[in-house]
Amino acid sequence: MVCESWKAQLDTYLDGELPQEELRTFDSHARNCPSCSADALSRVQLKRAIHMAGKRFTPSAEFRKRMQQNMAPKPRRSFRLGWMLAAAAAVLLVVGTLTSTYLGNRSGRDQVFSEIADLHVATLASSSPVDVISSDRHTVKPWFQGRIPFAFNLPELQNSDFSLLGGRMTYLEQTPGAHLIYDERKHHISVFVFQEQSLPSKLSDNALQPGKLSFNMETWSKGGLRYFVIGDASAADIDSLAKLFKAAS
Amino acid sequence: MDLSGANLQLDSFEELAIPLFDQLYNFAHWLTQNREEAEDLVQETYVKALKGFSSFQLGTNFRAWIYRILRNTFLTSRKGLKVTMTVPLDPDEDEEGLEPAIEHATPETLLLARSSHESLQSAIDELPVHFREILLLCEVEEMSYQEISDTLAVPIGTVMSRLSRARQTLRNRLRPNLQQAAGLRIARGTNHGL
Repeated sequence: MVCESWKAQLDTYLDGELPQEELRTFDSHARNCPSCSADALSRVQLKRAIHMAGKRFTPSAEFRKRMQQNMAPKPRRSFRLGWMLAAAAAVLLVVGTLTSTYLGNRSGRDQVFSEIADLHVATLASSSPVDVISSDRHTVKPWFQGRIPFAFNLPELQNSDFSLLGGRMTYLEQTPGAHLIYDERKHHISVFVFQEQSLPSKLSDNALQPGKLSFNMETWSKGGLRYFVIGDASAADIDSLAKLFKAAS
Repeated sequence: MDLSGANLQLDSFEELAIPLFDQLYNFAHWLTQNREEAEDLVQETYVKALKGFSSFQLGTNFRAWIYRILRNTFLTSRKGLKVTMTVPLDPDEDEEGLEPAIEHATPETLLLARSSHESLQSAIDELPVHFREILLLCEVEEMSYQEISDTLAVPIGTVMSRLSRARQTLRNRLRPNLQQAAGLRIARGTNHGL
């Protein structure tokens, strides 16, 4: 099969471990090969599933407490070692409070970003990525009326490299939202809009690369809505589209 | 002078070790498959890491370093020794990881299977430890191949081939569930038609 050599590299590609030039070649192949993109999608989904299922065990409160006691300074130890162990006990005491909060927030945030990346990939691999096909924002925007519990503005794209391909309804953490797909020099970029208050995870506004996949993403909140812009376009292009949305909202 | 050095060391240890506590415990529990043994393993790892912290070079990869301590501690424990006795001499030659002639599961069946975290967790649990650990380091800890190579003390080529076999073995073990899920989906579709 023609694709066998590509498929042998698929896991390395999805792990973000392919060298830059091979990554670009692979990207362009995957975009035009339904078999490889479907295979990539199923592997991404399995990766996500393992990621979630793998975060299975958490230390008990008793264990945290026992750690503190075991690490406490013993009278017969030397001063230096005793002092070090006392400090270590203090470290572990803080673990109980700080780590769970910090990691809890981070894992919730990471999960949202990964879900957004999955939605983007899954939609592009779909045979019908949009439910309303139109490059006219005055057609796409009214289509969402009655389908999602909020309204939002779409930017004017004249004098920009972006063109609107269409939209579809989507869900993130059981929250309905709008998914818009834009084209920019043959790169497909997704814009997601959700009600901020409906999303369980607290997110900060920033630009980032979610996970190890070769996407750029920007997210912000405005007027009670949470926006995500994601795609394999450059960070500058993602930012340009984000700015157009910020100006329109 | 000695104390200020120790102070600096502890500050660094604290900074590096705190965020890894829950992750180390999770990994330890997956390795030992037992809560008490996981707790002992994490405790021993922290004690060893603290004692050996003077040998750790700041600026190098602390996460790979402490995971390596945990893994080595596990391998020299009673359960770890038992596991290594039953593992093939060259785990990377394990035939179970060979690619079958069957096609991969479709995205739809995988989506259906995702609803069953428990079946996936059981499948991971049943993997041989050398497959389980590398899969968790890559997918859960999101370590790079280089970090995994540092943690497991194997070349990157071995990381890639072992990871590939681990994934294939997992897919093979999930396949009956996926086919069952696909069957249910087809049956549901038929009912809709009626």
